[in-house]
Amino acid sequence: METKTIGIPRALFYYYLFPLWDVFFRELGYQVILAPTTDKRMVDLGIQKAVDEVCYPVKIYYGHVASLLDKVDYLFLPRLISIQRKSYICPKFMGLPDMIRANFSRLPAVIEHTFDGSRRKQGIKYDLEQLGLKLGHEPGAVKRACVKGLIALEEYQKALKQGQNPMTVLDSVKLVCREKRFKVGLLGHGYNIYDPYASMNIIEKLGKLGVETVTAENIDEKAVDQAAKVLPKRLFWTLGHRIVGSAFHLEQSEDIAGIIHVASFGCGPDSMVAELLERFLRRNGQKPFLSLTIDEHTGEAGLDTRLEAFVDMIARRKIS
Amino acid sequence: MKVTFPHMGNLSLTAETLLRGIGLEVVVPPPCTKKTLSLGVQHSPEFACLPLKINLGNYLEAYEQGADTALMVGGIGPCRIGYYGAIQQEILRDLGIKMNLIVLEPPDAHPRELWDKIKHLKQVSWRQVVAAIKLTWHKTRSMDLLEEKALILRAKEAKKGSIDSLLSQARTRLQSTDSIPRIKEITRDYLALMDDVALSEEFRPVKIVLVGEIYTVLEPFVNLNLEKHLNSLGVEVLRPLFLSSWINEHLLGGLLNIEGTKRAPGLAKPYLNSFVGGHGRETIGSAVQYAQKGVDGVIQIAPLTCMPEIVAHSVLPSVTEEYGIPALTLYVDEQTGEAGLLTRLEAFVDMIRYRQRRSS
Repeated sequence: METKTIGIPRALFYYYLFPLWDVFFRELGYQVILAPTTDKRMVDLGIQKAVDEVCYPVKIYYGHVASLLDKVDYLFLPRLISIQRKSYICPKFMGLPDMIRANFSRLPAVIEHTFDGSRRKQGIKYDLEQLGLKLGHEPGAVKRACVKGLIALEEYQKALKQGQNPMTVLDSVKLVCREKRFKVGLLGHGYNIYDPYASMNIIEKLGKLGVETVTAENIDEKAVDQAAKVLPKRLFWTLGHRIVGSAFHLEQSEDIAGIIHVASFGCGPDSMVAELLERFLRRNGQKPFLSLTIDEHTGEAGLDTRLEAFVDMIARRKIS
Repeated sequence: MKVTFPHMGNLSLTAETLLRGIGLEVVVPPPCTKKTLSLGVQHSPEFACLPLKINLGNYLEAYEQGADTALMVGGIGPCRIGYYGAIQQEILRDLGIKMNLIVLEPPDAHPRELWDKIKHLKQVSWRQVVAAIKLTWHKTRSMDLLEEKALILRAKEAKKGSIDSLLSQARTRLQSTDSIPRIKEITRDYLALMDDVALSEEFRPVKIVLVGEIYTVLEPFVNLNLEKHLNSLGVEVLRPLFLSSWINEHLLGGLLNIEGTKRAPGLAKPYLNSFVGGHGRETIGSAVQYAQKGVDGVIQIAPLTCMPEIVAHSVLPSVTEEYGIPALTLYVDEQTGEAGLLTRLEAFVDMIRYRQRRSS
């Protein structure tokens, strides 16, 4: 039998779940085709296809879908309702397959599947198994693919907790930091800070300025949960919770010189998260805080200036 | 304890009746004005959606009039309203304002959470609470019935303002009565009075369904009198969302026979196959429902950056293409101007009339 190909966009939850999808589908005998790294052409395609008000990362996702159109047998469009108990990611993730279908007139065969871990103890494992069965594979093979996929995901997450960057692990991007001056926490939705095009290489830029970065994915989940307890109410967005908890945790870490938050323009969770960070960090007044908002109109020079100013400010504080 | 609440269309009639009925001292915030907006905008996160800002403005204005507690509804995600209360409380704290926000929402950790809040608020016997709830329900429902009729008739009235003056008279009467039979009487009378209003002769109505996020649909201050503008352009406005239909669907489990958006989640398939928070799925389902009833167009309204409505907006073309009707999506924020809105409405209605002429 000929091997079928499955296209996966290198966007949105790529930086969180790709090892799982990759191993799962390969175990079931598919060939996984990953969209190329984001570039201007893809972004332009995404902007054309999406309604204006959609946030930048979702427009980028549209661009990735466009780039896969004629290259694959199947397109994998998961509907991620929740990957954690009693938490959501964002409404747009819940409607994403419908949005794609409404905005693309011709698509390859779509593999759509709902992942809702909000009410199950074992998280999304159940839904993953259902997906395998739905695709017509036999239960034994599906179970094996599931287990292997989840192990791959666990190993990936372990590597991140040990301080690796998702860009290095997934895309073998070499991140160099010349003359390490200090470390800052770089917080934001993964698809905003790891996608080199969307983030305008923010990690590399900081590296060139002599700044090492720690991201939310590097921090132990227990520490995140613990630090987030300061909040008056539990945040019901998985990533928002992780960002806030990481910020409060890093605020207490001796070796962190400052905190940067990267938000998407028009992002619902980010608008609230940024406000919480600003209020709490300012009240305590322990660490310098920089809040950046990016979208398709953000100019690189403006970003450079703000990063340089922030880094200079930290350097001056260190001297005085 | 002096309690206040945010404005949302006719919510003040409902909230005042209920809160007084359970024995609380109530401060109704001044009606939303530019001042409310600028107070709210000044202290709110820039990228938060508009309701958060105006709600905060309401609280601050009510605080000036002596309120020390604000009541609001919340949620448990994924829509931002679930975190409004927490953010607003932090803002008030940083402003040095001693005001307590009580958020009524499904419990997160323990089922007692909501119960404790209600017990804390209740100052009278349970019998009186039940009576207050009944009275509140009847007032809310009659106001909505009157408004629903006005949204149709106002488009055709011969003398401008006749329907509006009846509506505001009815509202004042409803506000001051405490008897359910009297409420029913007022409703009957005013529905009849509206039917008697002289209508213009040479009239060919355009029917438009108004869908979208509940706050922007219900509050004329934020939608810049959208419905009145449409009516004055000769448009009959059909609206599935009313406060009473929301209460019926969300608090009474859809027990009462009110159409509202009950069927919307089912009708939203296959266009939108999942709950997306807020009223996103209801927007799509209602568009389908009214398209099937033969409306001439769909208008969707939402606060700028509203996540559920952006999903609905992205999916809406697949509905309107299938039914061959046009749709207009409007986002409002503190920068939206009434003149700009009016121009877009005029263009939209002109286009519909042109289509009608061409097809006849």
